[in-house]
Amino acid sequence: MEHTLLELSQVGIEFPTENGPFCAVQDINLKVKKGEFISLIGHSGCGKSTVLNMVAGLNRATRGGVVMHGKEVTEPGPERAVVFQNHSLLPWLTAYQNIELAVKTVFKSTMSKGEMKEWIHHNLNLVHMTHAADKRPSEISGGMKQRVGIARALAMKPEILLMDEPFGALDALTRAHLQDSVMEIQEQLNNTIIMITHDVDEAVLLSDRIVMMTNGPAATIGEILTVDLPRPRNRIAMAESTDYYQLRSQVLSFLYEKHSKIEPLKKERHKSNRPEAVVSEAS
Amino acid sequence: MTTQSQLISLPSRLPRLLNRLSKRLLNVTAPLLGIGVFLLLWSAAAANIETSLGSFPGPQAVFQQFGQLWQEHSDEQVREQAFYERQEERNAARLAEDPNYEVRIRDFNGRPTFISQIGTSLITVLSGFLLASAIAIPLGILIGLNQFVYMAANPIIQVLKPVSPLAWLPLVTIVVSAVYVSDDPMFEKSFVTSVITVTLCSLWPTLLNTAVGVASIESDFNNISRVLKLKSLTHVRKIVLPASVPMIFTGLRLSIGIAWMVLIAAEMLAQNPGLGKFVWDEFQNGSSESLSRILAAVLVIGLVGFLLDRAMLWLQKAASWDKSQVLR
Repeated sequence: MEHTLLELSQVGIEFPTENGPFCAVQDINLKVKKGEFISLIGHSGCGKSTVLNMVAGLNRATRGGVVMHGKEVTEPGPERAVVFQNHSLLPWLTAYQNIELAVKTVFKSTMSKGEMKEWIHHNLNLVHMTHAADKRPSEISGGMKQRVGIARALAMKPEILLMDEPFGALDALTRAHLQDSVMEIQEQLNNTIIMITHDVDEAVLLSDRIVMMTNGPAATIGEILTVDLPRPRNRIAMAESTDYYQLRSQVLSFLYEKHSKIEPLKKERHKSNRPEAVVSEAS
Repeated sequence: MTTQSQLISLPSRLPRLLNRLSKRLLNVTAPLLGIGVFLLLWSAAAANIETSLGSFPGPQAVFQQFGQLWQEHSDEQVREQAFYERQEERNAARLAEDPNYEVRIRDFNGRPTFISQIGTSLITVLSGFLLASAIAIPLGILIGLNQFVYMAANPIIQVLKPVSPLAWLPLVTIVVSAVYVSDDPMFEKSFVTSVITVTLCSLWPTLLNTAVGVASIESDFNNISRVLKLKSLTHVRKIVLPASVPMIFTGLRLSIGIAWMVLIAAEMLAQNPGLGKFVWDEFQNGSSESLSRILAAVLVIGLVGFLLDRAMLWLQKAASWDKSQVLR
């Protein structure tokens, strides 16, 4: 049970800029167990996506390393499937074909044509999208697109599923619906999942652990909160659970008391735009 | 009940019906009116222009000329048929006389007519356009994929792009004469010259639009390709090519327009049979009919150009997945 699938040790990344290197995140240490659901939460710009991209292999850590099965992650691969924020389905392919591209690429030597077809339909069915298999992304709603995006990622049989704010662009009702779907699927398949979110309720409802990040630059892990609410979880039952509120307020207090990020409502006016500044400069 | 409801609904629907009818009518009448005004202005102006070849032909003269051009074409066809019939009879007679006679079939060597020149021009322009596309699309993908290749190729593209076909033509003619040497050439030299000139001038819009289309593919699509570990050729085939189809077609449409414009000029100078040569021959001929024949050619050139553009638009609509793109 205590098998560590993925380990981040002293992970940090620097991006070169005109004003010297910019350290986005540093000293990230995290062990992810098999079957665990982990949420990354933090204010925007704190480097959550950067951490996820390093696990995915889309960005390469400049310090420390991401290790999976004892091997360092150096490039992306289907065993670390990503669900992107904007679904990013290929618009010229139908829902079925989008998943087919993934399945054909990943399982070209291990599955027969019939097995592939069955597997694609199985995954469409898992996200309740069988009825729209032959629709193109432009013909279905945002929530449906995200479902197909999840199905595509699941169809790669990933060892770990990486979700970058998967429900961020959806309305509240659709979001709740998809959260339930993800819980249901995770219960069935026991996937290991790392999910980025802004939403405190979403984090508490779905996660086994919530990783709370400090503000950037040079962001790192502030606290890790273990959510030991019993599964299966029900959002309505949770609404009455004091444990739930306890956990929720811990996350809130981290985000808004310990590491609040107050963005000025109005940006400070550019001084050079002010007439007197221009005059003083000219004189 | 029904009659009553019909009575009520008819007057209420009538204004909408009339409205729709008048819109439909406007769609037909406006273009017709435009054409009518143009024809009036043309005939008024034509009557006042005296040239060395007589008065400038008005719409009616040109219209009659179309009839005559068609007549010439069918006459030529009759002669062609008669020629082959005579040849066959002759050969049959000789065979009857001498069973060992080797039958030789000679091709009909008639004058190219206006109609056959249109055909030649179409074949030439499509050949040049296809050759240009076959070069420009792969090259554009290569340039779009790689920033270094783009930076290396860009200055050359920018300098060669605005070169007029008239400047290319002498070079192409001489090079083709020198290089394209064969005892049994598959194509006429003049045809090859025209095709290459058309290609040289028309490949740029496709090249640049393809490169821009490929370079501006959403980064998410590239990330998917990286997660799936697609091989580079599969990446191009499955992601890059379909993603840039809308831009490629924008380029192709510009290219075919340029190809047609360039072709007429090239045919004039290269003496490749086609509409350009037809215009040039009539200009050299200088008979009283020449002007109306040239004008007929001008109208056909415009019409063919328009149809080529429509055909590309239709293809673009059929091939493009981006239905939100406004195409007209």
